Amino acid sequence: MSGSVLFDVPGPRARVRHRIIGIVTSVVLVGVLAWVVLRLNQNDQFAYEKWEPFVTPAIVQDLFDGLIVTLEIAVVAIALSIPFGMIFATGRLSDHWFLRWPCFVIVEFFRAIPVLMMIFFLSIKYATEIGKFWVIVIPLVLYNGSVLAEVFRAGIRAVHKGQSEAGYSIGLRKYQLMVIILIPQAITTMLPAIISQCVVALKDSALAFVIPFDEIVSVGNDIRNEFHNSFATGIVLATVFIVINYSLSRLAIWLERRMARRGRASAETPKVAGVDVGDQSIGGAGA
Amino acid sequence: MDVLFDQSDAIFDGFWETIQLLLISGLFATVLGTFLAAMRVAPVRVMNAIGTTYVNTFRNTPLVVLFILVVFGLPELDIQYTFFEKATIALSVYTAAFVCEAVRAGINTVAAGQAEAARSIGMTFTQTLGRVVLPQAFRAVVPPMASVYIALAKNTSVAAGFGVTEATATLSALLNNDPQAAYWLFFGIGLGYVAIVAVISTGSHLLERHWAVAR
Repeated sequence: MSGSVLFDVPGPRARVRHRIIGIVTSVVLVGVLAWVVLRLNQNDQFAYEKWEPFVTPAIVQDLFDGLIVTLEIAVVAIALSIPFGMIFATGRLSDHWFLRWPCFVIVEFFRAIPVLMMIFFLSIKYATEIGKFWVIVIPLVLYNGSVLAEVFRAGIRAVHKGQSEAGYSIGLRKYQLMVIILIPQAITTMLPAIISQCVVALKDSALAFVIPFDEIVSVGNDIRNEFHNSFATGIVLATVFIVINYSLSRLAIWLERRMARRGRASAETPKVAGVDVGDQSIGGAGA
Repeated sequence: MDVLFDQSDAIFDGFWETIQLLLISGLFATVLGTFLAAMRVAPVRVMNAIGTTYVNTFRNTPLVVLFILVVFGLPELDIQYTFFEKATIALSVYTAAFVCEAVRAGINTVAAGQAEAARSIGMTFTQTLGRVVLPQAFRAVVPPMASVYIALAKNTSVAAGFGVTEATATLSALLNNDPQAAYWLFFGIGLGYVAIVAVISTGSHLLERHWAVAR
């Protein structure tokens, strides 16, 4: 806790001061919340008909189906991102420049462009051939796979050097070393990063709304258009995502602590070609 | 290829809009995020709770949902802004959560011993903060902040779905007009984003080197 760095242990006067600041902050907070509630009330946002759709079984069922599609998008995207990331991470670690450079260019390109650009491109050019599901999933795989490639690369490089030396000394070839020794050790340390990437994929699945598709945000958008309750719908959608993503983040933190206890550091924030990836608390990367 | 030159005006206008979104929401997000980080490290529990709640709420909400709330929700509350202003609000509110985390992480990298040493030679609280802790924290904050701004540069594209004709919306419009040139348009505009990302990351490297100190 940085509080301990910045502040001394409070004495009696500081404690009183902190309490006063705390009370003032609480009063301001209550005031702001009261103003928000009043404003919402003035505009009839608490009216039953605004929220009625969310207690109507048929609509709740639609939202639930939408949520399943959202989860499908995220799961398929991450499941494919992992091999994509693996291949490009090993490619970037290759001894051959003709493997290293294309992998570098592809990974850096797809990390730098917005996912939405790819979605627009595929939906206009290839929607009929590949279907809307893949119009969403392919961009997510390219983006998350590229981010994971950097995470994996850092993870592989973080495996102790003695491991490679031991592998070579018993006569393993480079690919054997990768597959038998380095990747298995790296992958466990990268679990938290993979879970954080799931949060990003879940959030980015919402971009499907521009096509639109059948996932929960598109369903919400239909509800909003029909019942003119954008505010209520937005709150419901946000709540669903916050509950799922917050749980996933806690899971990632728990895994990280567990691994730290077992003496394995998790994948460090990799810093490559000038751009930080990793630390998906900055998963802002995703939309 | 020709399409990129023929449409260069539209493309530049699009990127100009993207850059404006990036700069304006980047500024607001930095101010708000730093303020939130200060709340998170303050010795007052109510402030900690506000900061934590803000971060957990907006970091876990998809940006698209936030846009829906701002772009379609605010008018229902009788609050009227232009599409560009509303895009700026959504992007700032969202990015502030990530700025807060980056700043907090930066402050946390300063070893407790540094502040203790400063105190032990008799520096006051202001001196400790101003001469020892913050200068180190600023340096540590540069790389994660660069990541936040890079993410923001890409996130401005979401505004394309909400009535702002920035670069990605321009791409979409041009693609619809001229599907034959799809690949040229895609890679051409993609390179524009690559350039923005490269500028931010180069800037952060220069700053890092400029500020580098032996620790």
